[in-house]
Amino acid sequence: MQWKLVCKQSDLVVGAGVAAMVNGEQVALFYVPESEEKVFAIANWDPIGKANVLSRGLVGHLQDQWVVASPLYKQHFDLSSGQCLEDDLKIPAWAAKLEGDEVFLRC
Amino acid sequence: MTTRIAFSTAKPHLVVVGNGMVGHHFVEQIIAQGGHENFQITVFGEEPHLAYDRVHLSEYFTGKGAAELAMTDGTLYDDNGVRYFTNSLVTEIDRSEKTLRLQNGETLAYDKLVLATGSYPFVPPIPGHKRENTFVYRTLEDLDAIRDCAKKVTRGTVVGGGLLGLEAANALKNLGLETSVVEFAPRLMPVQLDEKGGSVLKEMIEGLDVKVYTDTATQEIVDGEAAFHRMNFADGTHLETDLILFSAGIRPQDALAKQSGLEMGERGGITINNHCQTSDKDIYSIGECALWNNRIYGLVAPGYTMAKAAAGHLLGDESLAFTGADMSTKLKLLGCDVGSVGDAHAQSQGCKVFVYQDELSQSYRKMVVSEDGKKLLGAVLVGDNSYYDTLLQYYLNAIDLPESASSLILPVTDGAPAALGVDALPATASICSCHNVSKQDISDAVCNGALSVGDVKGVTKAATGCGGCAALLKKVVDNELLALGVEVSTDICEHFPYTRQDLYNLVKVEGIKTFADLIAQHGKGHGCEICKPAVGSILASVWNEYVLKKEHISLQDTNDRFLANMQKDGTYSIVPRIPGGEITADKLIVLGQVAKEYNLYTKITGGQRIDLFGATLNQLPDIWGKLVAAGFETGQAYGKSLRTVKSCVGSTWCRYGVNDSMTMAIDLENRYKGLRSPHKIKFAVSGCTRECAEAQSKDIGVIATEGGWNLYVCGNGGMKPRHGDLFATDLDDETLVKYIDRVLMFYTKTADRLQRTSVWMDGLEGGLEYLKSVVIDDKLGICNELEAQMQLVTDTFQCEWKSTLKDQEALKNFRQFVNYEGSDDNVVFVEERDQVRPATEAEKQQLIMKVG
Ligand code: SRM
Ligand SMILES: Cc1cc2nc3c(=O)[nH]c(=O)nc-3n(C[C@H](O)[C@H](O)[C@H](O)COP(=O)(O)OP(=O)(O)OC[C@H]3O[C@@H](n4cnc5c(N)ncnc54)[C@H](O)[C@@H]3O)c2cc1C
Ligand code: SF4
Ligand code: FES
Repeated sequence: MQWKLVCKQSDLVVGAGVAAMVNGEQVALFYVPESEEKVFAIANWDPIGKANVLSRGLVGHLQDQWVVASPLYKQHFDLSSGQCLEDDLKIPAWAAKLEGDEVFLRC
Repeated sequence: MTTRIAFSTAKPHLVVVGNGMVGHHFVEQIIAQGGHENFQITVFGEEPHLAYDRVHLSEYFTGKGAAELAMTDGTLYDDNGVRYFTNSLVTEIDRSEKTLRLQNGETLAYDKLVLATGSYPFVPPIPGHKRENTFVYRTLEDLDAIRDCAKKVTRGTVVGGGLLGLEAANALKNLGLETSVVEFAPRLMPVQLDEKGGSVLKEMIEGLDVKVYTDTATQEIVDGEAAFHRMNFADGTHLETDLILFSAGIRPQDALAKQSGLEMGERGGITINNHCQTSDKDIYSIGECALWNNRIYGLVAPGYTMAKAAAGHLLGDESLAFTGADMSTKLKLLGCDVGSVGDAHAQSQGCKVFVYQDELSQSYRKMVVSEDGKKLLGAVLVGDNSYYDTLLQYYLNAIDLPESASSLILPVTDGAPAALGVDALPATASICSCHNVSKQDISDAVCNGALSVGDVKGVTKAATGCGGCAALLKKVVDNELLALGVEVSTDICEHFPYTRQDLYNLVKVEGIKTFADLIAQHGKGHGCEICKPAVGSILASVWNEYVLKKEHISLQDTNDRFLANMQKDGTYSIVPRIPGGEITADKLIVLGQVAKEYNLYTKITGGQRIDLFGATLNQLPDIWGKLVAAGFETGQAYGKSLRTVKSCVGSTWCRYGVNDSMTMAIDLENRYKGLRSPHKIKFAVSGCTRECAEAQSKDIGVIATEGGWNLYVCGNGGMKPRHGDLFATDLDDETLVKYIDRVLMFYTKTADRLQRTSVWMDGLEGGLEYLKSVVIDDKLGICNELEAQMQLVTDTFQCEWKSTLKDQEALKNFRQFVNYEGSDDNVVFVEERDQVRPATEAEKQQLIMKVG
């Protein structure tokens, strides 16, 4: 596993997500300046809605957890762990970091 | 019990004659008390329909259909083994044989019989009373006939100025007739009102363009000169009219009792005891045909109590006796409040009277109190019923009057004693008289987990009859919840301890322009998918800034963020605005060309426009570039905002059209297209009463009339369809727009998130009438502000796609991937009926296998 440069900070949207392609896999990147982590990365694939859409969901903060609500059927996924809050279901999550104006993913 | 051995193994046979409101309630009661296990039950009704809500009969003219008025669709009967026959008149009872005969000649045996035959309208035997175009007002068929006639004529007259007569007059007026009321007595509503009250009411009603003739006896009805009929009056004057509606009182339908020799009152009615038994112990009688203590009760609530008592007695429970009922009433007649409590005529021994009268605002109120001034015996209200609930509770519960009793009818000023708090009511206080629900019953329901007005209604049926007790019910429920220490949270989510309405006010009053400021000053944490879009929508309603501005973008739900509707596979649909459904051939061609170029699935929507499906995120700006260049604007199908204004072609093309519905629809769509609201809003405009645009099923419905436009509000289709309510009639263009501005802004200001107009209005205390008082009478003094706010929204409209196409930063949003040019390989289409559609999972696997 190594840190891999994915994009620039200017590619991100404050408080929301964008999609990136990393090693042939779709990743949803979220830029949350208020959080400790600043940037989160989880899979873009919504296993419930069965489409690549999680990067287009709304970011929320529920009981101290940063989450995204799927734009299709509104299930929440924890941005750090990929755990679904409504279902016994976990999607891939990666460590991500912001260095200067560059965004890295550990994969 | 029965001695007929042949039947001894079968259940005894219980027959109910009459399937009106009370007969039906009886069946409900028997079933609720388990009686269908003990009896084989059969119901006969003369009318073609099963029981329907006669109390709300007039709503048949303002949009409710027979199905909505129905009290049952038969399921309750079927599920519990009750046999029922409509169109079945019972013509004879043979009491010695215990058999019934039907009009069709059949006979059948009964063990127990219930007569719930109701009453029929009394038509005074004036010469000419059977002429054509004369009617009564009692059944759905009566109303159908009245409506058919009213379409062809211009003038209508009601004979009888009582409660029902005035309701009928209102109906004639709503049907567009020039309306008159002729009353034999010296005043209107002689039973409920005193002389002064009657005359104030007369003035108010005349102010509404209804002519009132009191103290007037009709001698004969003959052919008219200018109209169909001429009514010649005893004083030598006359009135010409096309349609006559008799509403001169009701008479108990007691023909069967007479024929079978049951004991009857001198002036009719089937005599009953406290258990509702007639002089034959196997025959009961309930409802408007029954005479208890020499009285007929012409209201539904006493009938319901009788039904309960009779059902109880049949099943061996003697505790549920009928011991009389209170006849206090409050009504809105032709928009005027009228209330009457107890001894309205001050006939009690030694009683004293307080009167308050204000000729300017046309209000009259009277209190009748006991000789010692301690108890309320009766009251009359004309013009303002807000005093009614409190007075009624003092009366019904014999509560000691306060020191300054007269303050109970004086206008409320600062410092005056507040109305009786519900706390002061005893547990036995009757809250809903229609369903006989006491304060205790409500308290029990709340303790057993009914934690909202809706739940309590479901459990107790309170407020589901005439609806008159709804406001009081809410107060009692809130009070009970408070007493239990239940905090009813109306907070929008964990981040804001406020309702949507509170947040709207904070944003407006404090001039807050971003989510960050709002949460910093009034919330906690960082927001979620509930509060963010709600605040995004509020900011847009108040300031109307570009929704993709940097500080707003993360608030937008996916559809708003990408200005398109996401489909199941993550692609989007594109819905350009087509105002009123009118589109040129050139524009149609552009839509076709764009659809072809990008291989989009094309469909005409239910909202009279065209939807193009299957565009990927990165295609959206290109496609919109072409559409905007061809003159299209965004249809905002993605937003909680104005969707479509559906229209018919109207007077321009249609031979029936009475006004230009097309132009009106386009103007309305263009005026309101920028408004962000708590939920989506739909309009329709029809060119005449045939209503081809289905305006009565929309949030805002407009129907052309000879005199302008009728405005309907708060209807919708969708999950729980509801017809719109008639809000105002014969408006000119300017007033129409003014009212719509006010209704929509008031809705935007005060509704909950994702609450459509119908639910919002039903939740307003006072409902439609309250909304009218705010919008038409400017009761809150906010109409100017509402209009100004709407004007601001209209003036600051921008097509979000046009703005986006010019904004390089915003356009970056539409990249499928930030670091890769390729497309989403999970988006796979197949063809069906010559167009694309998303492949199913199975199809995808096959396609991928083929490729692989
Ligand atoms: C495209 C269309 C169906 C069609 O193929 O004809 C449609 C499609 C959708 N409707 Fe609809 N509705 C469409 C006409 C209607 C109508 C008919 C009408 O407007 O005359 C109704 C019933 C009338 C009404 O709303 O009063 C209707 C009642 C609903 C409801 C239920 C609303 C309710 O109050 O119960 C929803 C769900 C919601 O809004 O919460 C809904 C939601 C939706 C959504 C947004 C669901 C979603 O989130 O994916 C659909 C996406 C639209 C899209 O992808 O473009 N749609 N929808 C119609 C678009 C009309 C337009 O031109 O804008
Ligand atoms: C326009 C209007 C507005 C009203 N508003 C109010 C109000 O606001 N509040 C209020 O409390 N009350 C109101 N009422 C009165 C209320 O509707 C009646 O009190 C109630 O309907 C009485 O119910 P019922 O079952 O006794 O009689 P009905 O509802 O008249 O039912 C009797 C049924 O028996 C049938 N029938 C009669 N004879 C036979 C037979 N021999 N065989 C078979 N079937 C037979 C009749 O066809 C009828 O369907 C209003 C009435 C009208 C017409
Ligand atoms: S509503 Fe009236 S005017 Fe409009 S199309 Fe139908 S019939 Fe014609
Ligand atoms: S009093 Fe009529 S519904 Fe309650």
